[in-house]
Amino acid sequence: MQPSSQPAAEVGRPALPEDRPAPPKDRPAPPGETSPREDAQFAAAFQALVDAEARIEPRDWMPEAYRATLIRQIAQHAHSEIIGMQPEGNYITRAPSLRRKAILIAKVQDEAGHGLYLYSAAETLGVSRDELLDLLHSGRQRYSSIFNYPTLTWADIGAIGWLVDGAAITNQVPLSRCSYGPYARAMTRICKEESFHQRQGYEILWALAHGSGEQKAMAQDAVDRWWWPSLMMFGPPDDASPHSAQSMTWKIKRFSNDELRQKFVDMTVPQAQAMGISLPDPDLRFEESSGHWRHGEIDWSEFARVLAGDGPCNAVRMARRREAHQAGAWVREAASAYAAKHQVGVLTGSAA
Amino acid sequence: MSQGDRRSWPLWEVFVRARRGLSHNHVGSLHAPDAAMALRNARDLYTRRSEGVSIWVVPAAAITASSPQEKDSFFDPAGDKVYRHPTFYEIPDEVPHL
Ligand SMILES: [Fe+2]
Ligand SMILES: [Fe+2]
Repeated sequence: MQPSSQPAAEVGRPALPEDRPAPPKDRPAPPGETSPREDAQFAAAFQALVDAEARIEPRDWMPEAYRATLIRQIAQHAHSEIIGMQPEGNYITRAPSLRRKAILIAKVQDEAGHGLYLYSAAETLGVSRDELLDLLHSGRQRYSSIFNYPTLTWADIGAIGWLVDGAAITNQVPLSRCSYGPYARAMTRICKEESFHQRQGYEILWALAHGSGEQKAMAQDAVDRWWWPSLMMFGPPDDASPHSAQSMTWKIKRFSNDELRQKFVDMTVPQAQAMGISLPDPDLRFEESSGHWRHGEIDWSEFARVLAGDGPCNAVRMARRREAHQAGAWVREAASAYAAKHQVGVLTGSAA
Repeated sequence: MSQGDRRSWPLWEVFVRARRGLSHNHVGSLHAPDAAMALRNARDLYTRRSEGVSIWVVPAAAITASSPQEKDSFFDPAGDKVYRHPTFYEIPDEVPHL
Protein backbone atom coordinates (compact mmCIF):
# COMPACT_ATOMS: atom_id res chain seq x y z
CA MET A 1 0.00 0.00 0.00
CA GLN A 2 1.58 3.28 -0.93
CA PRO A 3 1.50 5.77 1.89
CA SER A 4 -0.84 8.59 1.22
CA SER A 5 1.06 11.81 0.71
CA GLN A 6 -1.57 13.92 2.38
CA PRO A 7 -2.45 14.24 6.04
CA ALA A 8 -5.82 12.95 7.09
CA ALA A 9 -7.16 16.44 7.69
CA GLU A 10 -7.03 17.24 3.99
CA VAL A 11 -8.52 13.95 2.90
CA GLY A 12 -12.04 14.60 3.94
CA ARG A 13 -14.75 15.80 1.72
CA PRO A 14 -18.20 16.94 2.63
CA ALA A 15 -20.92 14.56 3.63
CA LEU A 16 -22.84 12.95 0.83
CA PRO A 17 -26.50 13.83 0.99
CA GLU A 18 -28.96 11.06 0.14
CA ASP A 19 -28.95 11.47 -3.56
CA ARG A 20 -25.78 12.90 -4.97
CA PRO A 21 -22.78 14.54 -3.43
CA ALA A 22 -22.94 18.27 -3.15
CA PRO A 23 -19.94 20.14 -4.45
CA PRO A 24 -17.59 20.88 -1.60
CA LYS A 25 -19.01 23.72 0.47
CA ASP A 26 -15.88 25.74 0.54
CA ARG A 27 -15.10 25.42 -3.12
CA PRO A 28 -15.12 28.78 -4.82
CA ALA A 29 -18.20 29.44 -6.86
CA PRO A 30 -17.98 27.85 -10.31
CA PRO A 31 -17.15 30.07 -13.28
CA GLY A 32 -20.07 32.33 -14.02
CA GLU A 33 -20.72 33.06 -10.37
CA THR A 34 -17.37 34.71 -9.94
CA SER A 35 -16.05 37.64 -11.87
CA PRO A 36 -13.99 36.91 -14.98
CA ARG A 37 -11.03 38.39 -13.15
CA GLU A 38 -11.39 35.98 -10.22
CA ASP A 39 -11.76 33.06 -12.61
CA ALA A 40 -8.57 34.03 -14.38
CA GLN A 41 -6.75 34.26 -11.05
CA PHE A 42 -7.96 30.81 -9.96
CA ALA A 43 -7.07 29.34 -13.34
CA ALA A 44 -3.58 30.82 -13.26
CA ALA A 45 -2.97 29.54 -9.72
CA PHE A 46 -4.26 26.10 -10.75
CA GLN A 47 -2.01 25.87 -13.80
CA ALA A 48 0.96 27.08 -11.75
CA LEU A 49 0.43 24.18 -9.33
CA VAL A 50 0.19 21.74 -12.21
CA ASP A 51 3.31 23.16 -13.88
CA ALA A 52 5.20 22.84 -10.60
CA GLU A 53 4.34 19.10 -10.58
CA ALA A 54 2.21 19.57 -7.45
CA ARG A 55 -0.88 17.36 -7.17
CA ILE A 56 -4.39 18.77 -7.36
CA GLU A 57 -6.55 17.49 -4.48
CA PRO A 58 -10.35 17.10 -4.36
CA ARG A 59 -11.12 20.35 -2.58
CA ASP A 60 -8.82 22.53 -4.67
CA TRP A 61 -10.28 24.86 -7.24
CA MET A 62 -10.10 23.34 -10.71
CA PRO A 63 -11.44 24.32 -14.13
CA GLU A 64 -14.79 22.69 -14.82
CA ALA A 65 -13.40 21.19 -18.04
CA TYR A 66 -10.58 19.55 -16.05
CA ARG A 67 -13.11 18.09 -13.65
CA ALA A 68 -15.34 16.85 -16.51
CA THR A 69 -12.40 15.35 -18.40
CA LEU A 70 -11.22 13.50 -15.32
CA ILE A 71 -14.67 12.18 -14.45
CA ARG A 72 -15.08 10.86 -17.98
CA GLN A 73 -11.61 9.32 -18.10
CA ILE A 74 -11.61 7.78 -14.62
CA ALA A 75 -15.15 6.44 -15.08
CA GLN A 76 -14.30 4.86 -18.42
CA HIS A 77 -11.23 3.37 -16.81
CA ALA A 78 -13.29 2.00 -13.89
CA HIS A 79 -15.92 0.55 -16.24
CA SER A 80 -13.14 -1.16 -18.24
CA GLU A 81 -11.83 -2.90 -15.12
CA ILE A 82 -15.33 -4.12 -14.24
CA ILE A 83 -16.30 -5.27 -17.75
CA GLY A 84 -12.78 -6.67 -18.14
CA MET A 85 -13.59 -9.36 -15.57
CA GLN A 86 -15.93 -11.06 -18.03
CA PRO A 87 -13.67 -12.45 -20.78
CA GLU A 88 -11.37 -14.02 -18.19
CA GLY A 89 -14.06 -14.95 -15.69
CA ASN A 90 -15.39 -17.23 -18.42
CA TYR A 91 -12.40 -19.52 -17.87
CA ILE A 92 -12.37 -19.82 -14.10
CA THR A 93 -14.30 -23.10 -14.21
CA ARG A 94 -12.16 -24.39 -17.07
CA ALA A 95 -8.64 -23.47 -15.94
CA PRO A 96 -6.39 -26.49 -16.65
CA SER A 97 -5.08 -26.91 -13.09
CA LEU A 98 -5.87 -25.89 -9.54
CA ARG A 99 -2.83 -23.60 -9.62
CA ARG A 100 -4.04 -21.80 -12.75
CA LYS A 101 -7.54 -21.59 -11.32
CA ALA A 102 -6.41 -19.98 -8.05
CA ILE A 103 -4.28 -17.50 -10.03
CA LEU A 104 -7.12 -16.61 -12.37
CA ILE A 105 -9.56 -16.05 -9.50
CA ALA A 106 -7.02 -13.75 -7.82
CA LYS A 107 -6.49 -11.86 -11.06
CA VAL A 108 -10.18 -11.35 -11.76
CA GLN A 109 -10.68 -10.28 -8.14
CA ASP A 110 -7.90 -7.72 -8.59
CA GLU A 111 -9.72 -6.28 -11.60
CA ALA A 112 -12.83 -5.82 -9.46
CA GLY A 113 -10.63 -4.05 -6.90
CA HIS A 114 -9.18 -1.80 -9.62
CA GLY A 115 -12.68 -0.81 -10.65
CA LEU A 116 -13.54 0.08 -7.06
CA TYR A 117 -10.35 2.10 -6.48
CA LEU A 118 -11.19 4.08 -9.60
CA TYR A 119 -14.87 4.63 -8.79
CA SER A 120 -13.72 5.87 -5.41
CA ALA A 121 -11.29 8.30 -7.10
CA ALA A 122 -14.00 9.52 -9.49
CA GLU A 123 -16.34 10.19 -6.58
CA THR A 124 -13.90 12.71 -5.10
CA LEU A 125 -14.79 14.87 -8.12
CA GLY A 126 -18.42 15.17 -7.04
CA VAL A 127 -20.10 12.38 -9.02
CA SER A 128 -21.85 9.51 -7.25
CA ARG A 129 -21.20 5.78 -7.61
CA ASP A 130 -24.77 5.12 -8.67
CA GLU A 131 -24.65 7.81 -11.32
CA LEU A 132 -21.54 6.22 -12.78
CA LEU A 133 -23.12 2.76 -12.81
CA ASP A 134 -26.23 4.19 -14.46
CA LEU A 135 -24.07 5.80 -17.15
CA LEU A 136 -22.40 2.46 -17.84
CA HIS A 137 -25.61 0.43 -17.81
CA SER A 138 -27.41 2.85 -20.11
CA GLY A 139 -24.47 2.89 -22.53
CA ARG A 140 -23.82 6.61 -22.08
CA GLN A 141 -20.27 5.99 -20.87
CA ARG A 142 -17.86 3.60 -22.50
CA TYR A 143 -15.38 0.97 -21.51
CA SER A 144 -12.29 -0.10 -23.41
CA SER A 145 -13.29 -1.73 -26.69
CA ILE A 146 -10.72 -4.51 -26.16
CA PHE A 147 -13.23 -6.34 -23.94
CA ASN A 148 -15.64 -6.73 -26.84
CA TYR A 149 -13.50 -9.53 -28.26
CA PRO A 150 -14.25 -13.13 -27.28
CA THR A 151 -11.99 -15.55 -25.38
CA LEU A 152 -12.09 -18.63 -27.59
CA THR A 153 -9.50 -20.92 -25.97
CA TRP A 154 -7.44 -21.18 -22.79
CA ALA A 155 -4.54 -19.57 -24.67
CA ASP A 156 -6.60 -16.37 -24.84
CA ILE A 157 -6.23 -16.06 -21.08
CA GLY A 158 -2.47 -16.05 -21.61
CA ALA A 159 -2.70 -13.54 -24.45
CA ILE A 160 -4.92 -11.21 -22.42
CA GLY A 161 -2.57 -11.21 -19.44
CA TRP A 162 0.51 -10.68 -21.55
CA LEU A 163 -0.81 -8.26 -24.19
CA VAL A 164 -3.93 -6.58 -22.77
CA ASP A 165 -2.62 -6.16 -19.23
CA GLY A 166 0.77 -5.33 -20.76
CA ALA A 167 -0.76 -2.52 -22.81
CA ALA A 168 -2.76 -1.38 -19.78
CA ILE A 169 0.43 -1.17 -17.69
CA THR A 170 2.14 0.89 -20.39
CA ASN A 171 -0.78 3.31 -20.25
CA GLN A 172 -1.09 3.31 -16.47
CA VAL A 173 2.49 3.79 -15.32
CA PRO A 174 2.59 7.44 -16.50
CA LEU A 175 -0.90 7.96 -15.05
CA SER A 176 0.50 7.32 -11.59
CA ARG A 177 2.19 10.72 -12.04
CA CYS A 178 -0.99 12.40 -13.27
CA SER A 179 -1.83 15.80 -11.80
CA TYR A 180 -4.97 14.67 -9.94
CA GLY A 181 -3.91 13.20 -6.59
CA PRO A 182 -6.61 10.56 -5.99
CA TYR A 183 -6.30 9.21 -9.55
CA ALA A 184 -2.51 9.12 -9.36
CA ARG A 185 -2.59 7.27 -6.03
CA ALA A 186 -5.13 4.73 -7.30
CA MET A 187 -2.90 4.15 -10.34
CA THR A 188 0.16 3.53 -8.18
CA ARG A 189 -1.66 0.77 -6.34
CA ILE A 190 -3.09 -0.68 -9.55
CA CYS A 191 0.28 -0.75 -11.33
CA LYS A 192 1.79 -2.68 -8.46
CA GLU A 193 -0.91 -5.33 -8.81
CA GLU A 194 -0.83 -5.41 -12.61
CA SER A 195 2.66 -6.80 -12.95
CA PHE A 196 1.55 -10.22 -11.70
CA HIS A 197 -1.26 -10.10 -14.26
CA GLN A 198 1.13 -9.68 -17.13
CA ARG A 199 3.60 -12.25 -15.87
CA GLN A 200 0.98 -14.95 -15.29
CA GLY A 201 -0.29 -14.38 -18.85
CA TYR A 202 3.18 -14.70 -20.32
CA GLU A 203 3.76 -17.85 -18.28
CA ILE A 204 0.56 -19.43 -19.66
CA LEU A 205 1.65 -18.71 -23.25
CA TRP A 206 5.21 -19.81 -22.57
CA ALA A 207 3.96 -23.17 -21.26
CA LEU A 208 1.76 -23.65 -24.34
CA ALA A 209 4.48 -22.48 -26.71
CA HIS A 210 6.76 -25.16 -25.26
CA GLY A 211 4.11 -27.88 -25.28
CA SER A 212 2.71 -30.11 -28.02
CA GLY A 213 2.31 -28.92 -31.59
CA GLU A 214 -1.38 -28.43 -30.95
CA GLN A 215 -0.71 -26.33 -27.83
CA LYS A 216 1.80 -24.19 -29.66
CA ALA A 217 -0.70 -23.59 -32.46
CA MET A 218 -3.28 -22.60 -29.85
CA ALA A 219 -0.89 -20.02 -28.37
CA GLN A 220 -0.06 -18.66 -31.81
CA ASP A 221 -3.73 -18.37 -32.75
CA ALA A 222 -4.52 -16.41 -29.58
CA VAL A 223 -1.65 -13.99 -30.16
CA ASP A 224 -2.72 -13.57 -33.79
CA ARG A 225 -6.18 -12.49 -32.65
CA TRP A 226 -5.18 -10.27 -29.70
CA TRP A 227 -2.17 -8.43 -31.16
CA TRP A 228 -3.94 -5.79 -33.25
CA PRO A 229 -6.74 -5.03 -30.75
CA SER A 230 -4.00 -4.58 -28.10
CA LEU A 231 -2.28 -1.95 -30.26
CA MET A 232 -5.65 -0.20 -30.64
CA MET A 233 -5.94 0.08 -26.85
CA PHE A 234 -3.71 3.17 -26.97
CA GLY A 235 -6.36 5.03 -28.91
CA PRO A 236 -6.34 6.82 -32.26
CA PRO A 237 -3.08 8.07 -33.79
CA ASP A 238 -1.84 11.44 -32.56
CA ASP A 239 -2.99 13.37 -35.60
CA ALA A 240 -6.56 12.12 -35.00
CA SER A 241 -6.58 12.70 -31.25
CA PRO A 242 -7.86 16.25 -30.73
CA HIS A 243 -8.16 16.32 -26.92
CA SER A 244 -4.64 15.11 -26.20
CA ALA A 245 -3.00 18.53 -26.18
CA GLN A 246 -5.25 19.87 -23.42
CA SER A 247 -4.75 16.72 -21.34
CA MET A 248 -1.00 17.13 -21.74
CA THR A 249 -1.15 20.75 -20.53
CA TRP A 250 -3.14 19.60 -17.52
CA LYS A 251 -0.63 16.78 -17.02
CA ILE A 252 -3.37 14.19 -16.99
CA LYS A 253 -1.60 12.66 -19.96
CA ARG A 254 2.20 12.46 -20.07
CA PHE A 255 2.82 10.76 -23.39
CA SER A 256 0.90 10.75 -26.66
CA ASN A 257 -1.05 7.68 -27.86
CA ASP A 258 1.57 6.90 -30.50
CA GLU A 259 4.45 7.28 -28.04
CA LEU A 260 2.83 4.82 -25.62
CA ARG A 261 2.02 2.40 -28.44
CA GLN A 262 5.64 2.53 -29.60
CA LYS A 263 6.86 1.87 -26.07
CA PHE A 264 4.59 -1.19 -25.86
CA VAL A 265 5.71 -2.57 -29.23
CA ASP A 266 9.38 -2.13 -28.32
CA MET A 267 8.89 -4.05 -25.07
CA THR A 268 6.69 -6.77 -26.49
CA VAL A 269 8.44 -7.85 -29.69
CA PRO A 270 11.49 -9.30 -27.89
CA GLN A 271 9.16 -11.08 -25.45
CA ALA A 272 7.37 -12.74 -28.38
CA GLN A 273 10.69 -13.73 -29.91
CA ALA A 274 11.86 -15.21 -26.61
CA MET A 275 8.97 -17.67 -26.57
CA GLY A 276 9.11 -18.42 -30.26
CA ILE A 277 5.74 -16.92 -31.13
CA SER A 278 5.35 -14.67 -34.16
CA LEU A 279 3.33 -11.47 -34.34
CA PRO A 280 0.75 -11.17 -37.14
CA ASP A 281 2.29 -8.14 -38.86
CA PRO A 282 4.29 -8.72 -42.07
CA ASP A 283 5.49 -5.10 -41.95
CA LEU A 284 6.91 -5.32 -38.42
CA ARG A 285 10.62 -4.48 -38.64
CA PHE A 286 13.47 -3.18 -36.54
CA GLU A 287 14.57 0.30 -37.57
CA GLU A 288 18.32 0.58 -37.04
CA SER A 289 18.41 4.38 -37.22
CA SER A 290 15.95 4.92 -34.34
CA GLY A 291 16.33 1.65 -32.44
CA HIS A 292 12.55 1.10 -32.56
CA TRP A 293 10.37 -1.74 -33.77
CA ARG A 294 8.04 -0.26 -36.39
CA HIS A 295 4.61 -1.86 -36.82
CA GLY A 296 2.43 -1.90 -39.93
CA GLU A 297 -0.81 -0.06 -40.60
CA ILE A 298 -3.53 -0.41 -37.94
CA ASP A 299 -7.06 -1.01 -39.21
CA TRP A 300 -8.76 1.96 -37.57
CA SER A 301 -12.05 1.18 -39.25
CA GLU A 302 -12.24 -1.97 -37.10
CA PHE A 303 -11.55 0.13 -34.00
CA ALA A 304 -14.33 2.57 -34.93
CA ARG A 305 -16.72 -0.29 -35.62
CA VAL A 306 -16.11 -2.05 -32.29
CA LEU A 307 -16.23 1.25 -30.39
CA ALA A 308 -19.56 2.07 -32.03
CA GLY A 309 -21.02 -1.16 -30.67
CA ASP A 310 -20.46 -3.55 -33.54
CA GLY A 311 -17.79 -5.75 -31.95
CA PRO A 312 -18.21 -9.50 -31.51
CA CYS A 313 -19.24 -9.25 -27.83
CA ASN A 314 -20.60 -5.74 -27.10
CA ALA A 315 -24.16 -6.91 -26.53
CA VAL A 316 -23.14 -9.93 -24.45
CA ARG A 317 -20.90 -7.86 -22.16
CA MET A 318 -23.55 -5.22 -21.49
CA ALA A 319 -26.31 -7.79 -20.94
CA ARG A 320 -24.12 -9.72 -18.51
CA ARG A 321 -23.22 -6.54 -16.59
CA ARG A 322 -26.85 -5.45 -16.19
CA GLU A 323 -27.88 -8.96 -15.23
CA ALA A 324 -25.15 -9.15 -12.57
CA HIS A 325 -26.23 -5.79 -11.16
CA GLN A 326 -29.87 -6.83 -10.97
CA ALA A 327 -29.11 -10.30 -9.65
CA GLY A 328 -27.07 -8.72 -6.87
CA ALA A 329 -29.87 -6.40 -5.75
CA TRP A 330 -31.05 -8.75 -2.99
CA VAL A 331 -27.58 -8.75 -1.43
CA ARG A 332 -27.58 -4.95 -1.27
CA GLU A 333 -31.10 -4.94 0.11
CA ALA A 334 -30.27 -7.53 2.76
CA ALA A 335 -27.18 -5.59 3.86
CA SER A 336 -29.20 -2.37 4.12
CA ALA A 337 -31.99 -4.09 6.03
CA TYR A 338 -29.51 -5.61 8.46
CA ALA A 339 -27.79 -2.26 8.98
CA ALA A 340 -31.12 -0.51 9.58
CA LYS A 341 -32.26 -3.14 12.07
CA HIS A 342 -28.94 -3.06 13.88
CA GLN A 343 -29.08 0.74 13.99
CA VAL A 344 -32.51 0.65 15.65
CA GLY A 345 -31.17 -1.85 18.19
CA VAL A 346 -28.28 0.43 19.04
CA LEU A 347 -30.55 3.43 19.49
CA THR A 348 -32.98 1.64 21.78
CA GLY A 349 -30.21 0.02 23.74
CA SER A 350 -31.30 -3.54 23.02
CA ALA A 351 -28.97 -6.09 21.54
CA ALA A 352 -29.50 -6.52 17.83
CA MET B 1 -36.25 5.43 -2.09
CA SER B 2 -36.32 1.85 -0.96
CA GLN B 3 -34.31 0.66 1.97
CA GLY B 4 -32.21 -1.58 -0.26
CA ASP B 5 -31.29 1.21 -2.60
CA ARG B 6 -27.54 1.61 -2.49
CA ARG B 7 -27.98 5.38 -2.73
CA SER B 8 -28.49 5.32 1.01
CA TRP B 9 -25.18 3.61 1.76
CA PRO B 10 -22.77 6.06 3.34
CA LEU B 11 -19.23 6.68 2.17
CA TRP B 12 -16.40 5.48 4.44
CA GLU B 13 -12.81 6.64 4.34
CA VAL B 14 -10.31 3.82 4.84
CA PHE B 15 -7.04 4.08 6.77
CA VAL B 16 -4.52 1.25 6.93
CA ARG B 17 -1.59 0.67 9.29
CA ALA B 18 0.99 -1.07 7.12
CA ARG B 19 3.14 -2.43 9.94
CA ARG B 20 3.40 -2.31 13.67
CA GLY B 21 5.09 0.98 14.53
CA LEU B 22 3.66 2.98 11.61
CA SER B 23 0.64 5.26 11.71
CA HIS B 24 -2.58 4.60 9.81
CA ASN B 25 -2.57 6.13 6.34
CA HIS B 26 -5.49 7.08 4.16
CA VAL B 27 -5.79 4.64 1.24
CA GLY B 28 -9.17 5.39 -0.33
CA SER B 29 -12.87 5.04 0.30
CA LEU B 30 -15.81 2.69 -0.17
CA HIS B 31 -19.56 2.48 0.35
CA ALA B 32 -21.06 0.16 2.95
CA PRO B 33 -24.32 0.01 4.90
CA ASP B 34 -22.64 -0.15 8.30
CA ALA B 35 -19.25 -0.07 10.02
CA ALA B 36 -18.85 -3.83 10.23
CA MET B 37 -19.44 -4.27 6.51
CA ALA B 38 -17.20 -1.30 5.77
CA LEU B 39 -14.40 -2.99 7.70
CA ARG B 40 -14.84 -6.31 5.90
CA ASN B 41 -15.02 -4.68 2.51
CA ALA B 42 -11.96 -2.57 3.32
CA ARG B 43 -10.04 -5.73 4.16
CA ASP B 44 -10.99 -7.32 0.83
CA LEU B 45 -10.42 -4.18 -1.18
CA TYR B 46 -7.32 -2.59 0.31
CA THR B 47 -5.35 -5.44 1.94
CA ARG B 48 -5.52 -8.32 -0.55
CA ARG B 49 -1.75 -8.68 -0.35
CA SER B 50 -1.28 -8.31 3.39
CA GLU B 51 -0.75 -4.56 3.06
CA GLY B 52 -1.89 -3.93 6.60
CA VAL B 53 -2.11 -5.12 10.18
CA SER B 54 -4.91 -2.74 11.19
CA ILE B 55 -7.71 -0.89 9.42
CA TRP B 56 -9.79 2.15 10.42
CA VAL B 57 -13.00 3.01 8.63
CA VAL B 58 -14.40 6.47 9.27
CA PRO B 59 -17.70 7.84 7.95
CA ALA B 60 -16.64 10.49 5.40
CA ALA B 61 -19.37 12.71 6.80
CA ALA B 62 -17.62 12.73 10.19
CA ILE B 63 -14.47 14.34 8.85
CA THR B 64 -14.02 18.09 9.14
CA ALA B 65 -11.27 19.39 6.91
CA SER B 66 -9.49 22.69 6.66
CA SER B 67 -10.18 24.53 3.45
CA PRO B 68 -7.48 24.69 0.78
CA GLN B 69 -8.59 28.23 -0.05
CA GLU B 70 -7.92 29.63 3.40
CA LYS B 71 -4.66 27.71 3.54
CA ASP B 72 -2.52 30.83 3.77
CA SER B 73 -4.34 32.61 6.55
CA PHE B 74 -5.06 29.39 8.42
CA PHE B 75 -1.45 28.30 8.59
CA ASP B 76 -0.01 31.83 8.73
CA PRO B 77 0.62 31.94 12.47
CA ALA B 78 3.44 29.39 12.10
CA GLY B 79 4.93 31.15 9.09
CA ASP B 80 6.99 33.80 10.86
CA LYS B 81 8.25 31.72 13.78
CA VAL B 82 11.54 30.58 12.35
CA TYR B 83 12.96 30.47 15.88
CA ARG B 84 11.06 27.20 16.34
CA HIS B 85 13.66 25.50 14.16
CA PRO B 86 17.06 24.52 15.59
CA THR B 87 18.88 25.92 12.57
CA PHE B 88 17.77 29.44 13.62
CA TYR B 89 20.43 29.54 16.34
CA GLU B 90 24.04 30.44 15.70
CA ILE B 91 26.45 28.25 17.59
CA PRO B 92 30.20 28.48 16.98
CA ASP B 93 31.55 25.52 14.97
CA GLU B 94 33.98 24.50 17.68
CA VAL B 95 31.24 23.79 20.23
CA PRO B 96 30.80 20.00 20.26
CA HIS B 97 27.67 17.84 20.69
CA LEU B 98 25.13 20.61 20.10
FE1 LIG C 1 -6.71 -3.88 -13.87
FE1 LIG D 1 -5.00 -6.45 -14.88
